[in-house]
Amino acid sequence: MKLHDVTELAMRNLRESVLRNSLTTVGIAVGVASLVAMLALGVGLQQLASRRLERSGLFDTVVVMSRRDLRDFGREQQENGPAPAQSPALNETARQKIEKLPNVLEAYPDIRFVTEVRFEDKPYLTMVAGLPFSAKSNDSFEGMQGNFFSSDAAAEAILQRSFAEELLEKRSKPGEPEAAIASLAKPLLGKELSMRYVERTASPSANADMSTASYSVTSRTETLKIVGVTDLDPESMRGAQRGRVFIPLKLVQNLHVMQVADLRDTTNVVGSEPAYTTLSVRVSTPKYVPAVEQAIKKLGFNTFSIVDATRNLRQFFAVLDLFLGIFGSLALAVASIGIVNTLVMAILERRREIGIMKALGASDGDVRGLFFAEAGAMGILGGIVGVLFGWLLGRVINFGTNVYLQRQNFPPAQIWYVPGWLVGGAIGFAIVLSLLAGLYPANRAARLDPVQALRYE
Amino acid sequence: MSIVPGTTASSNGFAVRTENLCRHYRMGQAVIRAVDGISFQVRSGEFVALLGASGSGKSSLLNLLAGLDQASSGVVEVEGRNLAALSRPELARHRLHTVGMVFQSFNLIPSMSLIENVELPMRFAEVDRSKRGALAERALQRVGLSGRVRHRPAELSGGEQQRAALARALINQPRILLADEPTGNLDSHTGTEIMNLIREFNQSLGMTVVMVTHERALAESYASRMIFLSDGKLVAEQAVVPGGAQ
Repeated sequence: MKLHDVTELAMRNLRESVLRNSLTTVGIAVGVASLVAMLALGVGLQQLASRRLERSGLFDTVVVMSRRDLRDFGREQQENGPAPAQSPALNETARQKIEKLPNVLEAYPDIRFVTEVRFEDKPYLTMVAGLPFSAKSNDSFEGMQGNFFSSDAAAEAILQRSFAEELLEKRSKPGEPEAAIASLAKPLLGKELSMRYVERTASPSANADMSTASYSVTSRTETLKIVGVTDLDPESMRGAQRGRVFIPLKLVQNLHVMQVADLRDTTNVVGSEPAYTTLSVRVSTPKYVPAVEQAIKKLGFNTFSIVDATRNLRQFFAVLDLFLGIFGSLALAVASIGIVNTLVMAILERRREIGIMKALGASDGDVRGLFFAEAGAMGILGGIVGVLFGWLLGRVINFGTNVYLQRQNFPPAQIWYVPGWLVGGAIGFAIVLSLLAGLYPANRAARLDPVQALRYE
Repeated sequence: MSIVPGTTASSNGFAVRTENLCRHYRMGQAVIRAVDGISFQVRSGEFVALLGASGSGKSSLLNLLAGLDQASSGVVEVEGRNLAALSRPELARHRLHTVGMVFQSFNLIPSMSLIENVELPMRFAEVDRSKRGALAERALQRVGLSGRVRHRPAELSGGEQQRAALARALINQPRILLADEPTGNLDSHTGTEIMNLIREFNQSLGMTVVMVTHERALAESYASRMIFLSDGKLVAEQAVVPGGAQ
């Protein structure tokens, strides 16, 4: 019998016992929904954890230092690389060279300095850090109040929550709940800060052969408009230290802010070009970090990165998904017993019909195919309805979780995610399981003795 | 002459040939001899009636000829093919193309309309779907049911149901019609209508007919030869005098 005939007859048979077959299909749908819900939770949690780690920059950042600093992050680096005195300076030329390496997204200097900031005529001593404009697109500012910098060199500032609390004198005591970020931002956004800094100006008398260098320093003040207050440290683990006031990196570079490293360079002359203390190099994915590190070392710099721990994380979630999948599949396994039951009942009811079909020339394969098609149809329908049901269930769980998180003053999170492979996999799994469940009834129907079946009333 | 598997040269000229055919089965300790050493032949185009009392083995013999049941021993050849040598799929093809069956209780599938019932063997034979409808309608028209094609069996009289069953049995153009008490559930008038139809197919198409009945008068009216069975054995054979048909 041709496939479309088998399908047509199977559909007609399913319609004949619509209530029983619908209930069986609902059973499969519930099983698939449970499987989808469990696995989507595992995938969602994995994505949540991975996203947080990716944002932290723990595993895709290489910190680059000059060997001239004599800071020893690894004995091997010192032993195998050029001697510090022969090593190149970590300056703009070096930064551009590193940025051109394969798999490097960007390389930017970590410019941080402790300075005095005045707000409403009151002085505050704090750490100011330059923030690359690319940070705008890496969604580090989730939950931030206000806006990101309007341009890459705007005279604007984003405040860290703790500094905002300090400015407003709202520091929470240990054990007390933290003030909501929105309540901190409201009185600060649009206000101005004045930042004192020391400008370094290269002296025109510097020698071309770099044997001598000189620069002058001038104390200046820059007025900054507060545009945002952030809950998270946007750069988190990137860079050696955290900032409490963030200003555009280009602005810091344009202001030629004098840093501690500049003082060291006066005793260690390599040229009039200002050197950077460290560079942060963002790599496209954590797996390229070792190769990028190797390439930077070849250029004569010291590097530092954290070994890719995402592998362990993936392993953990693989095990978690496996167990969630097993628990989710239990309901589907029970549903498949329902299919066996439904089809065995159908054989009993349609015993005579099977006998007639055989007397008319149906082969064992035709009868087997018919029962298989019925099982498969229930599997397909149950699978599709189950995925929809599971997806809906997940939306409800997500909504409920976010309501709870908001009440606990946490930013919203998507803990539940249904990827395309899960949709296809769940429907496929339901079909395979249904066909397996149909195996016994289909074979039983196919082997039915037609003479006995025709006698059956 | 080439001999294909399941084909014997000795069957030349016979639509059906059995030789010492037995069908025994156990029921507890007892051995039931439903068919016990029957040997007979039916020529192509012949109309043969199998007669006997209830339990004489008529239907069991018919099931063996149809390939619905397997012989315990002996030979059963239909259209030159030894059914004992055929596999299950080959037996299914034999039922699909070589023989057509009608039953006492019609055996139409109640959930299907008449046309769907008639189309069913064509589905198994993988007849092109575009041709099936027209063929089924023509077959139903031939048995006088052109106005009832969309009706379900329950909406029809016994005679109409048997006519539909006849249309279904003949839809794949088999060479042999096996009829098991085709008028058993019908009144005499309707029974005559059905028998006239069967005779028409026998005479106009040259189709071999083997009919089981317990009504001697019916057999004498339509068959050319009568075979009498008792306790699974062939006890007598008798040719019907031409002109005896009504």
